Amino acid sequence: MGRLQFFDSTLRDGNHAVKHQIREEMIVDYCLGMDGSGVYTIIVGHGNGLGASSLQVGMALTDEHTMLQTARSNLMKTRLGVYMIPGFGTIRDNLVPAIETGVEVFQIGCHCTEADTTKQHIEYLSREKKEVYGVLMMSHMASPEKLLEEGRKMQSYGARGIILMDSAGAYTPDMVRKNISVLYDHLDSKVGFHSHNNMGMAVANAYMAIQEGASIIDGTLRGFGAGAGNCQLECLIALLEKSGVKTGINFYQLLDVSAEVMPQIMEKDMGQDPISIVSGQAGVFSAFKTQVLQCAKEFHVDARDIFRELGKRRVVAGQEDMIVEVAKRLSDPAGMSDNANLNYQLASLS
Amino acid sequence: MKKKKAKVAIIGTGNIGTDILLKLKRSEVLTCTLFAGRNADSRGIRIAKENHIPTTIDSVRAIEENPDCCDIVFDATTAATHRIHAPILQKLNKFTIDMTPSRIGKMCIPALNLNDCLHERNVNLITCGGQASVPIAWAISRVHPEISYIEIVATIASRSAGPGTRNNIDEFTQTTGDALREFTGIKRTKAIIVLNPAEPPITMHNTIYALCESPDLEKIRISIKEMEKKIRYYVPGYKIVLGPVFESGRLIVTVQVTGLGDYLPEYAGNLDIITCAGVEIAENYAKERILGNGQASVF
Repeated sequence: MGRLQFFDSTLRDGNHAVKHQIREEMIVDYCLGMDGSGVYTIIVGHGNGLGASSLQVGMALTDEHTMLQTARSNLMKTRLGVYMIPGFGTIRDNLVPAIETGVEVFQIGCHCTEADTTKQHIEYLSREKKEVYGVLMMSHMASPEKLLEEGRKMQSYGARGIILMDSAGAYTPDMVRKNISVLYDHLDSKVGFHSHNNMGMAVANAYMAIQEGASIIDGTLRGFGAGAGNCQLECLIALLEKSGVKTGINFYQLLDVSAEVMPQIMEKDMGQDPISIVSGQAGVFSAFKTQVLQCAKEFHVDARDIFRELGKRRVVAGQEDMIVEVAKRLSDPAGMSDNANLNYQLASLS
Repeated sequence: MKKKKAKVAIIGTGNIGTDILLKLKRSEVLTCTLFAGRNADSRGIRIAKENHIPTTIDSVRAIEENPDCCDIVFDATTAATHRIHAPILQKLNKFTIDMTPSRIGKMCIPALNLNDCLHERNVNLITCGGQASVPIAWAISRVHPEISYIEIVATIASRSAGPGTRNNIDEFTQTTGDALREFTGIKRTKAIIVLNPAEPPITMHNTIYALCESPDLEKIRISIKEMEKKIRYYVPGYKIVLGPVFESGRLIVTVQVTGLGDYLPEYAGNLDIITCAGVEIAENYAKERILGNGQASVF
């Protein structure tokens, strides 16, 4: 087993859990607390990454530049990282300013079958001699062979590692073993895993990913993240140390930040409420939860039905507009089959 | 007796180029005289040959060598390639309709500024997302010029996004956001592009959001309906499917675009919204500047 790298996405994925309301002073406290703890990079930003603050997926309270600048001035030893999904952010508006702010690690993500949409961005960052990783989101939706094909593309653009994201918390242990081992056996670049905890498997799945050859684990303190949350890094570190694996992490430092800083940032503890379990099982992106609950209330429909319907439509990150449409249609089934009828009803509603 | 038609060359034999080729077959004022690509085995070239359209694999060079072959050029390559083609076509004095998000020429959306563009030498079609959503954003901004922020999300089926679109996704996102700002005059704008891999493929779907304190939904409804009608004149499958609705402080309108199914199946409205716009510009240019006042003369 090679040296493990822990990517800390607390200030990125965690932003989903608080509707992107992480404040400047929280970033200060978190970065000061975590600096030098041994995590490879601290990733900061809107839950969906650079350029994602929007009405579609939620407006961030703190603008991107302020978030990065704040983290930059409070990290002396640990690398500053960002995440970006092409289609949300662009080179000119987001990557260039991030480089200027001193970001060192870049994750470029896309839906697991669309790796060629990351080509411009990964190649650009490679040319700029930046450390760049490819992220395949919603990776439960593709076969191991397809993931390998897409991972190879990202590798050819210059990605140093390929990270599989279980965006929906839909992975079974069997899927972890198959997907990670295929990538590990056939890629030259590193392999990573980012899990979600919808079915209570985030730490266990991350541990299994390491056993299958993953050397990058992307997780968060307290599992702070979208939906049911992520792989809780404190737990994983405890588990690895007990199993005799060297992590290079200052375990107590992590626990201190977990105890002292996290309660200021989190609104409530993470956990599997019934909705998260349903969304994981349905294979729908965890970050949809907040908006689904809102729409369920607004349109008087069962949130579980919205998730099931979204699952059937195989929606992907960035398609939050479908939530309103599905909720509206469920609330008004008579209009579902006939577009003209639907329009008439929508017109009369508005 | 044959009607005289304006001569059109298409460079780029991918999804957009081939869809334009098939649409030109129905045009009463345009005829495709050259279909230019770089790959002899491409599906587009094969379709052109089946339709007895002259083809070449010398790309723009074929036009340089025989400038009389056309009056109008569609460039359906990529933003980077169009940057090379634009000065060549300028020198040859061809009316150029740029289908890439290069943004070299004047940005044109027929429903908004067709007549301002016919005297240009190079017009830019922005992106499919821009063609579909900017007019609605504009129609909303006419009712509420005080809007502080406007955003569009264009969702297209993965299968309808060819390698050109994928290689251009950065320009695509940037150019759509820029167009939104330029046409509406609203300073804070954002464009989001989503490729949806669902099977069967989803129909092109565009959502327009605006931040507006107390929207006049009835006035907005009338304004966007008028716009829908204008666009349906050249893109029959253009349809407002949701809204205007006001939810959690967001004004929302959703538009779907169903294609005519010429090259790709009907879900690929993202092809039609931009190819129909291109053909609309070319036909108007031909009528006004080549054939003269809509009077088609005899061959």
